Amino acid sequence: MSSLLALLFPPSTTRNMELSADVLIILASAAIIFYLTRWHRWKYLWREWLTTVDHKKIGIMYLIAAVTMLFRGGTDALLLRAQLAVPNNHLLGPLHYDEIFTTHGTIMIFFMAMPLIFAMFNIAIPLMIGSRDVAFPRLNAISFWLFAFAAFLFNISFVIGGSPNAGWTAYPPLTELAFNPGVGQNYYLMALVVTGLGTTATGINFLVTILRMRAPGMTLMRMPMFAWTTLVTSVLILFAFPPLTVAMVLTLFDRLFGTAFFTIGRGGMPMMYVNLFWLFGHPEVYILVLPSFGIFSEVVATFSRKKLFGYSTMVYSVLAITFLSYGTWVHHFFTMGAGAAVNVFFGLSTILIAIPTGIKIFNWIFTMWNGRIKMTVAMMWALAFIPTFVVGGATGVMLGAVPGDYQFHNSYFLIAHFHNVIIGGTVFGLMSGVYYWWPKVTGRLLNERQGKWAFWLFFLGFWLTFMPQYALGFMGMTRRMYTYSHGFGWSSLNLISTIGAFVMGAGFVVMVYNFVWSQIHGEIDVTGDPWNGRTLEWSTPSPAPEYNFARIPVVTDRDAWWAMKQEQKTNVVQIKPQEITDIELPKSSGIPFLMGLSFFVFSVGMVFSWWWIAGAGFLGFVVCMLVGTFDYDDHKEVPRQEIQNTESAFGRLQG
Amino acid sequence: MSFKRSKRAIRFIFMALAIGLSVSGCGNDFVLLHPAGPVAASELNLIEITAATMIVIILIVWVLFGIALVRFRDTPGNKAPYRPLWDHNKKLELGVIAVSVVAAVIIAVPTWNKTFALAHVPKGKSPIVIDVTSLDWKWLFEYPSQHIATVNYIDVPTNRPVLFELTADSPMNTFWVPQLGGMEYTMPSEVLPLWLEASKPGLYWGRSGNFSGSGFVHMTFNVHAVPASTFNAWVRNVKTTQPKMTMADYRQLLKFNWIAPRYYSAYPAATFPAETHGFTLEGGMYMEMQPTPK
Repeated sequence: MSSLLALLFPPSTTRNMELSADVLIILASAAIIFYLTRWHRWKYLWREWLTTVDHKKIGIMYLIAAVTMLFRGGTDALLLRAQLAVPNNHLLGPLHYDEIFTTHGTIMIFFMAMPLIFAMFNIAIPLMIGSRDVAFPRLNAISFWLFAFAAFLFNISFVIGGSPNAGWTAYPPLTELAFNPGVGQNYYLMALVVTGLGTTATGINFLVTILRMRAPGMTLMRMPMFAWTTLVTSVLILFAFPPLTVAMVLTLFDRLFGTAFFTIGRGGMPMMYVNLFWLFGHPEVYILVLPSFGIFSEVVATFSRKKLFGYSTMVYSVLAITFLSYGTWVHHFFTMGAGAAVNVFFGLSTILIAIPTGIKIFNWIFTMWNGRIKMTVAMMWALAFIPTFVVGGATGVMLGAVPGDYQFHNSYFLIAHFHNVIIGGTVFGLMSGVYYWWPKVTGRLLNERQGKWAFWLFFLGFWLTFMPQYALGFMGMTRRMYTYSHGFGWSSLNLISTIGAFVMGAGFVVMVYNFVWSQIHGEIDVTGDPWNGRTLEWSTPSPAPEYNFARIPVVTDRDAWWAMKQEQKTNVVQIKPQEITDIELPKSSGIPFLMGLSFFVFSVGMVFSWWWIAGAGFLGFVVCMLVGTFDYDDHKEVPRQEIQNTESAFGRLQG
Repeated sequence: MSFKRSKRAIRFIFMALAIGLSVSGCGNDFVLLHPAGPVAASELNLIEITAATMIVIILIVWVLFGIALVRFRDTPGNKAPYRPLWDHNKKLELGVIAVSVVAAVIIAVPTWNKTFALAHVPKGKSPIVIDVTSLDWKWLFEYPSQHIATVNYIDVPTNRPVLFELTADSPMNTFWVPQLGGMEYTMPSEVLPLWLEASKPGLYWGRSGNFSGSGFVHMTFNVHAVPASTFNAWVRNVKTTQPKMTMADYRQLLKFNWIAPRYYSAYPAATFPAETHGFTLEGGMYMEMQPTPK
């Protein structure tokens, strides 16, 4: 019994900070359970959300999960910055600091950025391409629940069993049992394997959706830019995630079953892990940024009231980036002795990939050129991206110049660089997307005044946080140091950086307030087209009905909805009662949720080496697969009367 | 403007920027900008070339962006042209590609040259060899020719290349002395070479650049660069006054802790791998290994 307690609650879970978190978690859970029970919402929750296969609702769930994870990852970031605010600080001990930078990085990449990207895919893509759902709606739900349970698994590590503490890159041999006993690293490995499966399925889903389910007339070269970037992101996912899964599973075998793939002794080869990890990791950064590139293309064109400049150049640039992104992974470890020739190859490929990216930047500026720029919050996020991202891209080229990288590797220059591109590119883009598409799924507009406050705080906070870190790199400060002493001259810049981080935190708080306030008091979007949009999603009412389109639109031009408006043909969205037919839609199912739960149980068993629990989880998964396979009752008909009522309520009935 | 002058101008601009950034007002803290040897100087030179090129690109983007933002705002009475269908311009697009390609070439050429140039100890100079082993959480240095060993401190002669042979008996670290040059990983069962040189006497700090556990922050050491005669005197002093390292001493060093500098007048050969597996000794290395007297 006491050994079980020692396993579940090692010292790292019983520090004051963790215990206070325990209390908060218990109180919050109790409040949620009380609310659901008191107002009889359990059934509603199960019927409308946990079992849904509707891409719009799945998108909303991804969005909520991502914002929650942004809170967790952001709290981690503020703790790190608070610790580094002054030299010789003792707010966090070294082990504590190591755990927090590990969970910060892992959560931000896998459980914040990825789900926020999938939220955008789910919310926008089917509507944008004139489809009623994704190609495999139930698989879409399975992807979500695998992600959600993996995120849950990863997040409980700090209160039960102990956090991982080897960095988000988790290089062996530091992650091997000899240097890392305890279960924290198992949590990391299982969470990434499970969410990776979900991500791969999402890649398959959107690849097929975009290739097979576009509205008639929408040729590939008539697709909105965001559909293009989603398409290539899906391809990147398909090839990038297998190496990650392999690296994770092999490390897990080393830890659980005594193999020696990456160990110090017995012929283990840690560098093989590094190759596998970055073979995933480099395409991953383009997985993170390409969707945002798509969002900027939509937002900048919409709010400049102008066609996207250089559409075909943009498409070829994206394809070039996709191809080249598989040829740059060694630039993450030039200093690992791969040889001068290898380093030059990967250095030049890194410099080369900057060219299509640079071209895209100029094309966004030329999209604004000769347009009429409207300063909405969505547009401000997109505009903030251009001058910010170009700095991140430039420092990326500096890192790609091999001998320069020998000095910058693992320094704060690197830290500043990748936060500059991931926040300045990915996060700014996703925020732009959230403000842009929010009315489409919720039916309400986000308050612009609050949104501008959130934007300015976050934007200025960002510059204040990360520009000093470039300078700290020149001063020789390396990443993952839990503290530093006087005498290096690092103190004032670190303090400025910490202040900036808290300003960003304030921006996040205002943003969440903005979301909640607007859901209660926000202006209702009656037109379905609040921004004078260009693409098909703005031809539907807000929020779009479950079936998206009563009649699938026919596309004749690139900006399909804009063209309809120009040709005064917007009445095509109205439908005559006699033209309405029954619509077949996928039916809700509990299987995706239960499958996620099975994977969770399986993972808990693996983390603690409780084989019978792992076996039970695996059995649950097999049962879900069998039941799902023979479940032929997986779709439903929406009767025409119901469609007629819905359309009439939107005022979209002709005659 | 001559090439040399423009180089100086770049350096001046960069220094001004760095000093401007330094709130402490102490430019000496920017160790990357104060190279004390040819490797670090060459790397700084490349950093300056890439930074200058990239600053030009950044300025072009910022200026164009600023003009677009001011000129094409959706305000009543804005007289700037509004052309909602203007979506391509061959000359403009080719111009953008040309600018990007030129910038890439400016950076690519010196990157290529320097990567190969820095891969070898300069011909005609015989390096002094130091075998480096990263341990949890300390640095063990062994001088195979001088037969002495130290922990967390080294003396090196000035104006002579130092060939560091890097390995680990611990999780990975990187060996980094910013003022002498860039870093290289230390990995178990691999030996990676890195050459550095100090061209002026001084005390230069070094540290690990790769996280290796909770004591990682303590993996610091000092490099003391001194004239050859002083170096030889220091070696003699260590040989005559310090104890020998035994295998038992080495096993003590493997413990998870950090310690002050130590000196040994001899060390067991088995503490550094005589042979390594993998590709590092069979070509494809960052740098050809010099035959080392063992």
